[in-house]
Amino acid sequence: MRFFEYESRAVVAKAGIPVTKHGFARSPEEARTVAEQIAGPVVIKSQVLTGGRMKAGGVQFADNPDEAARHAEHVLDLEINGHMPRGVLVDSRASVKHEYYAGVVWDGLRKQPVMLFSDMGGIDIEEVAEQHPDHVARAHFSTTRPFSDWQAKQLVASLGITGSALNRLTPIIARLAQLFLRYDMTLAEINPLGELEDGSFVALDAHMDMENEARPRQKALLHELGVGDEETRQAREATPFELAGEEVDAQDHRGVAGNVTEFDGNLGLVIGAGGGSLTLFDAVRAHGGQPANYCEIGGNPSVRKACGLAKLVLQKPGVDKIAVMMSIVSNTRVDIVARGVIKACVELGYDPAEKIAIFRIPGAWEDEGFKILEKYGVEYADRSVSLHGAAKRAVEKIQGGAS
Amino acid sequence: MSAALFIDVQVKESVARDPEIAAKLAEVCPVDIFRAGPGGVEIVQDNLDECVLCQLCLRVAPAGSVKVIKLYDDGAVLGA
Repeated sequence: MRFFEYESRAVVAKAGIPVTKHGFARSPEEARTVAEQIAGPVVIKSQVLTGGRMKAGGVQFADNPDEAARHAEHVLDLEINGHMPRGVLVDSRASVKHEYYAGVVWDGLRKQPVMLFSDMGGIDIEEVAEQHPDHVARAHFSTTRPFSDWQAKQLVASLGITGSALNRLTPIIARLAQLFLRYDMTLAEINPLGELEDGSFVALDAHMDMENEARPRQKALLHELGVGDEETRQAREATPFELAGEEVDAQDHRGVAGNVTEFDGNLGLVIGAGGGSLTLFDAVRAHGGQPANYCEIGGNPSVRKACGLAKLVLQKPGVDKIAVMMSIVSNTRVDIVARGVIKACVELGYDPAEKIAIFRIPGAWEDEGFKILEKYGVEYADRSVSLHGAAKRAVEKIQGGAS
Repeated sequence: MSAALFIDVQVKESVARDPEIAAKLAEVCPVDIFRAGPGGVEIVQDNLDECVLCQLCLRVAPAGSVKVIKLYDDGAVLGA
């Protein structure tokens, strides 16, 4: 889940990283008050969960509180990429000598967080990494062993930074890495990290993303930041179809049958297992299919949950058939999923043999599962057919004529 | 959920009225197919298709008094 900049600033400050004087305002009057408190030139920044603020006019500079209030009025009414601002951040304009970049991001391939540091801040780190790779330092660190400041020091020093700057930057990077771990972040970024004329460093902007599954154990932080349970903080609001998927999954604690994402194709997907959903979704597209949805099923859900998910997908407008496919790695019982999807078809008045383009779940209790599928005439595949092979069959079937 | 499509469960009448066995069946079934009611064992029809074929009910009841029938397998009886 994403945080607004004013929330990210609060997280950074809570971790002991210096930030510029700032305040959050929901009205021009509040913006004026904050500017008065700062007592100097300020920047008014739109608080939206999208990029491109500067280009859209969502960042304005003001020399006095009156100007700050005027700019805030304009920015508060400004829609950016379809997002209306939550408020504005009124930030003091610091006299910056040099801008750096500091970030920690989860490396999915290494299964470890990686610290990133650059002496070219204020611009996209991806751009710096591409055009000036020698200006980006990286260092992975453990999520299980205690973090040590020397790891941060080594990172900063690797770019040739020495002396006072090195000593002042080290605790900032170390605290960023520690907050990343403490708060289950997937991204913790300070960009730019400004070096002021007096040689001190302050976070001028911050960006935080937290692992969505960590919300329950990060309740205290979320409460402190004023983030409500109802705020999804996803890239877009969930559709009614996706919300219905959440309800199916919440029916009981057994397994997973949800995490539904809506697309506009005609092939409904009941897919899952240890990364299998992504592989299968891609496989369907690679073979020219048009998925109606993404979802995840696994961990032995109840028949009721599997049935609920299949019903939801089957009833989605535009869905002609469903493909039920999983990798073997989840060890989810084949017979339970078979019962669920067949029950969904029958209860909706469909012939399972017609509606289920392919059933490819090998693994636990597959003999029982295959008996069920045979009884209802559903085409199924065992482990001798690859995920890609199964996806291909499903696409061919739906392209051959809808039921 | 409508009527069960895949599983049927039968309990011999003599055993079904035994409150102790009813309580045991209700306790062991992981998917709540059995309920101990005032008249003994009650079958929760809505949960029949949730049966995970664990055979725990067969173990706590006298031999042959509980039958789990696989409707999708020509009426094969579990554990027979």
